[in-house]
Amino acid sequence: MGRFKSATPFLVFAAIAVAAQWLMRLTGTEYYLVQLTMALYYAIVVMGLCLVMGYAGQVSLGHGAFFALGGYTTAVLTTRDLSEWQEAAWAQALRQLHLLTAREDLYGQAILTATPWAAFGVAMLLTFVVAHLIGYPALRLKGHYLAMATLGFGLIVYRIVLGTTFTGAADGITGVPPWEIFPGLIVSGRRPVRVQNYYLACGLVLALLVVLRNLVRSRVGRAFQAIHDRETAANAMGINTKEYKLKAFVTSALLAALAGVFFTHYTGGIAPSEAGALKSVRYLALAAVSGMSNLWGAAVISTAINFCSLRGWFGSFDHAVFGALLIVIISLAPEGPLKPLGLWLRRCCGWRAPTVPAAKPVDSLHGPA
Amino acid sequence: MDTSSLALQYLLSGVTKGSIYAVVGIGFNLIYSATGVLNFAQGEFVMLGGMLAVTLLAFAPLPVAITGAVVVVALLGCLLEVVFFRKLRRHSVLHLIIITIGLSIVIQDVALHVWDERVRSLPYFTGSEISSLSFLGASVSPQVLWVLGMVTVIVVMLQGFLKYSRPGRAMRACASNPEAAMLAGINIPTMRMLSFGLSAGLGALAGCVISPITMTQYDMGVPLAIKGFAAAILGGMGNPLGAVVGGLSVGVLESFSVSVLPAAYSDVTAFAVLLVVLFVRPHGLFGKPLGEGVREH
Repeated sequence: MGRFKSATPFLVFAAIAVAAQWLMRLTGTEYYLVQLTMALYYAIVVMGLCLVMGYAGQVSLGHGAFFALGGYTTAVLTTRDLSEWQEAAWAQALRQLHLLTAREDLYGQAILTATPWAAFGVAMLLTFVVAHLIGYPALRLKGHYLAMATLGFGLIVYRIVLGTTFTGAADGITGVPPWEIFPGLIVSGRRPVRVQNYYLACGLVLALLVVLRNLVRSRVGRAFQAIHDRETAANAMGINTKEYKLKAFVTSALLAALAGVFFTHYTGGIAPSEAGALKSVRYLALAAVSGMSNLWGAAVISTAINFCSLRGWFGSFDHAVFGALLIVIISLAPEGPLKPLGLWLRRCCGWRAPTVPAAKPVDSLHGPA
Repeated sequence: MDTSSLALQYLLSGVTKGSIYAVVGIGFNLIYSATGVLNFAQGEFVMLGGMLAVTLLAFAPLPVAITGAVVVVALLGCLLEVVFFRKLRRHSVLHLIIITIGLSIVIQDVALHVWDERVRSLPYFTGSEISSLSFLGASVSPQVLWVLGMVTVIVVMLQGFLKYSRPGRAMRACASNPEAAMLAGINIPTMRMLSFGLSAGLGALAGCVISPITMTQYDMGVPLAIKGFAAAILGGMGNPLGAVVGGLSVGVLESFSVSVLPAAYSDVTAFAVLLVVLFVRPHGLFGKPLGEGVREH
């Protein structure tokens, strides 16, 4: 029974995903899937942000930059033509290792670029390094200083990609090739693989939800929670707060970069606005709306709101919607609207509030780590 | 132009930009010491000041338009305090900061709808774009003198206000120990409102004097806020005079960076200064490392 219960949210999520696709197929609006897929990738960033904000209690206004870091690394590596070094020994060696590939660009010219898998690896590695470099000193700072430091980092990345011809300056990079994860599964925005890509994004979100849920219920997750609640006390309990904060920050940066890589292959390009402060604030707003420490809420709500935004339903008030959401949610229900809403619904329907079961380690894998 | 006069030219442009960062930094300081909130919407006050003055200029002469803009923005600052921050005293500081981020975006979007995305500017207070004075071989626009003069006046008046006037001293008391100030009969909510109003008004004034040089656009606020914050941190939070030194340093560094790095990266220099200061000396150049506030361990 308990096992079944813990699987319920996953089944509900999967059911919603399938229902949405069928609804679109039946109403002939299957092109909505494109925005829905993009929104799912954005949701991954928000889930990562929830980990760092809701569980470890550290604010970050630089997640747009990590998303862009992943996206731009992939985009640069997979579009940059290296054929001038074709004869060089290192290029030959990398080709042997399948890290470089010869392909045709949009205009049918033969070019030599990194393979998407290699680019993915480099993007993750780079993000790992950068997140450590920024996180290590930044996480020693408190609340607003940390917010400003991460915002400053985000703006630096934004200005650099905007001002560098290497990254396409204001135009960004286009012509990023599809990514064949394994034969038959291609990350690409092309029409024949639209449905496939939608389910790929759903699957990725679900898989990450499982991983993150297990993480927050493990020893590591409880350490995060302790830091969130009272850092000094956590420290006194023997939790190495610096290390755990850094872990949470780097993990969420990697999630953002992962989303960036998939997003870039899916849309076939990336623009500097992805690194902008407004994007980072959006992620913050979405994390706040989902209650910061509610991974399910983060996945569902941020997908829904981002989908509306990408479809252009907010019109010219696109940014204002996110700003207003932040203000309203934080001032009226700082714990997120879901919990009070649920309690209110229960009271209305005369249900008793369920007794909260004591937290227990779910998996033996992370338990005694 | 030889190197020394080129350097002087850079220096002057840096000091001009830096004095605006200084005013924004002072604004951060005022609100922070009175309420403990870091107001991310600080840059928006500067933008609103410039925009409102440009609009009012259609109906009134320049001095009246500027005064009007400053008064309106100052009132807006008071209003924000009353509506958003008075009721929410019990919220954590992090939540209050997130609210100011939201405010910053909403103000930006409202400005975009009211004034569209065109770049606007006030006319030069004296002379025009092409009039220039020569100063030790460098040419200076008279507007630069206006900016420097105005900022000097702001700083001197503010120091006088905080040191010698009754409300100014009450504000300082409120910053250093709110409970003791309350026991001494100081109305703390009023002082908090006043700090928001004052900080917004100063920002608006800075927005007016800089408008002929850097122009005013709806999205100018965020970079200004970051650089103003860098100025405040560099000078040490809670030290308005430090913010002036900090602002000038950030401006001059940014301006000289153009001679080494591409101009597109000039903002990067300023933000990098912020990061370095935050990481290395978060208590500022002149401050003493305090246990309280900045760092946790």
